[in-house]
Amino acid sequence: MKFNKIDKILEKFNMQKSQLISILQDIQNEFNFLPMEVLGYVAEKLGIPFSLVYHLATFYKTFSLKRRGRHLINVCLGTACHIRGGVRILEKIERDLNIKSGSITLDSKFSLEVVRCVGCCSLAPVIRIDDDTHGRLTQGKITPMLKKYE
Amino acid sequence: MSNSKIVTLDDLELLKEKGLNLIYPTKTKISVGMATCGISTGAREVFQAISEEVQNQKLDCVLSQTGCLGFCQREPLVDVIEPGKPKVVYAEMSYDKVPELITNIKNQKIKNEWMLCQIGEKYSPRLDGIPFYKDVDFYKKQKKIALRNCGFINPDCIEEYIAKRGYFALHKVLTEMKPKEVVDMIAESGLRGRGGAGFLTGKKWQITRSSKGKIKYIICNADEGDPGAYMDRSLLEGDPHSVLEGMLIGAYAIGASTGYIYVRAEYPQAIVKFLQAVKQAEEHGLLGKDIFNSGFNFEVRVNKGAGAFVCGEETALIASIEGGWSGPRPRPPFPAKSGLWGKPTNINNVETWANVPVIIDKGADWYSKIGTEKSKGTKVFSVVGKVNNTGLVEVPMGITLREIVYDIGGGILDNRKFKAVQTGGPSGGCIPESLIDLPVDFEKLTEVGSMMGSGGMIVMDENTCMVDVAKYFLAFLEDESCGKCVPCREGIEKMREILNNICKGEGEEADIELLEEIALTVKEMSLCGLGQTASNPVLTTIKYFRNEYEEHIINKRCPAGVCLDLISYSIDAEKCNGCGACVRPCPTQAITGEKKKLHSLDQEKCIKCGACYETCKFDSIIIK
Repeated sequence: MKFNKIDKILEKFNMQKSQLISILQDIQNEFNFLPMEVLGYVAEKLGIPFSLVYHLATFYKTFSLKRRGRHLINVCLGTACHIRGGVRILEKIERDLNIKSGSITLDSKFSLEVVRCVGCCSLAPVIRIDDDTHGRLTQGKITPMLKKYE
Repeated sequence: MSNSKIVTLDDLELLKEKGLNLIYPTKTKISVGMATCGISTGAREVFQAISEEVQNQKLDCVLSQTGCLGFCQREPLVDVIEPGKPKVVYAEMSYDKVPELITNIKNQKIKNEWMLCQIGEKYSPRLDGIPFYKDVDFYKKQKKIALRNCGFINPDCIEEYIAKRGYFALHKVLTEMKPKEVVDMIAESGLRGRGGAGFLTGKKWQITRSSKGKIKYIICNADEGDPGAYMDRSLLEGDPHSVLEGMLIGAYAIGASTGYIYVRAEYPQAIVKFLQAVKQAEEHGLLGKDIFNSGFNFEVRVNKGAGAFVCGEETALIASIEGGWSGPRPRPPFPAKSGLWGKPTNINNVETWANVPVIIDKGADWYSKIGTEKSKGTKVFSVVGKVNNTGLVEVPMGITLREIVYDIGGGILDNRKFKAVQTGGPSGGCIPESLIDLPVDFEKLTEVGSMMGSGGMIVMDENTCMVDVAKYFLAFLEDESCGKCVPCREGIEKMREILNNICKGEGEEADIELLEEIALTVKEMSLCGLGQTASNPVLTTIKYFRNEYEEHIINKRCPAGVCLDLISYSIDAEKCNGCGACVRPCPTQAITGEKKKLHSLDQEKCIKCGACYETCKFDSIIIK
């Protein structure tokens, strides 16, 4: 693990403890997830308990302690998506990728996660793959859509 | 860009002219709605196709973009503006329609079937029979104050905001008004917080203003966590300067020189647009030192959330900005006395801030004439779920639910029967058909057991199971409970377990009373607003839909056909014509049959995924 990248991020935030969330966000942008040894390193460098860093990294939904795939699928399960069949869409993706929500495909292509509302309720059900939001989904649209991702 | 600093009213007027020329240029302009909702239906592809086709066909025109006009159901929207003529709004555009669109523009033709409306009554209509914006059913009863610019200006362009009188209110405040006068004006307008509880904004400002301490902060709460509500996203994406101007005015009135905005991570485009607005305002001298030569200084910092519903609660949000674990703490002291880093802090929601410049500009009197006795002004609602016209609507307080669902929302999807409307997110409740003529304001919604919340309005039809909805909200809250206090942490889990059993057909008759008992305990004993309201979805569904609970518990039936353990799929022998469309989508090969003959469905193999139901064009899949 290259800790010099971490050092750069810590310096960007002037080693400020109050910036811990932003620091973790930048680290996750860099590594795609939060490696455990990095969390320990951050705690040591900032002089704060490891438990606090671990607490934040597990409390907030956008952080992941597990390695993520090349593409992150977020299935929205906000209220509008729920009543317009979001769970069915999630199950369809689970069947297509042969994984459960919260895990990664064997070829590391996709990670599948659930999000509580991406704010596109008018187009429910909605999923987000990386930065692309796809609305008005049906089960029939899923397989061709996933095929477009390399 | 020091030459573009705005210092005087003349500077503003100059940029206003520039902005007007951008909004209404002297040649053809094509503008695409590029908020997240537009993009998710293909607006980016449409924009790309237009820029290519314009070159191919050598059309001399301006290409621009705008935010969300609210009618998300009909996205992507494309505006075509010709000098001296009303703006033409095309709905449901796709990239394959673009070549024809550009050819039509070249030939001065308008495609009737694509049109949503035309905007600009001062011109003679471009086409008879096509409604003007204000005559479209979806817009007729709306009154846009907070959303005044969304979908009308390019959010990337400060000049266009200024063209719509943007930053004139700030100029007036800084050059003509004392801070106390500003607070009084907001108080007189009757504006109440749009984030949930509906506290009087002017009063909140007054308390923070009069709190002791040299350093004070203001915060914009953009951690829009209520599932089903997205007005804050739309505002930040479509008109970020209105929020920024509101914050500037508030900061001056309260005596703060630093402001924070806390935006949830799930809204990447909102963050980008707001950061850009901050940069533009800095370049123009509208943020920083000595704004409008008034001696007033203000800077804004942007904090990105990391995904925690509880951060929408003000004390938890403050803790999150401070960098620690984001848990709520008991109030008092309220943030107005002791907030961010122990300093007096005023927190308002995005929509509240966006209302402020208009109130200053048009006066407290004007604003307080809109709405009901205790709920002044307008409120933005996201009308979503099982309704024909989904989208973002801004209506005067006091409008009835019926007007929102039927007149604006166009009624229930597929002509099915209306069952309930859910307001207030996980803190709110489900309002039944018998109350559909309820006037919508803070008090009335609370009276019936729900609440205004941030403005999500999820319409439910006969195919929505109310027990499942209660279970859904509890699962959400169980996930999002910060775990600090026992009633919320344990109570929600227990209620969710009971509801799980009911949905599985394992409920007992005493369960309803037990649910009510736990619900009341959680309501009475929880620490923060989220726990205190967490029982509302359970209590209102029991209150208004007790028969559905009883059907699940006693007859082991889910009348709406939702709870998987209580339903089965079968094929309607009278309707099935053997087209075979359902055979391939079925993941378990449960459906078999010869072409053009009645098909059969093997209950043993069926996993009730609904793929056949989705495919069948003849309504021959029965869910019972």
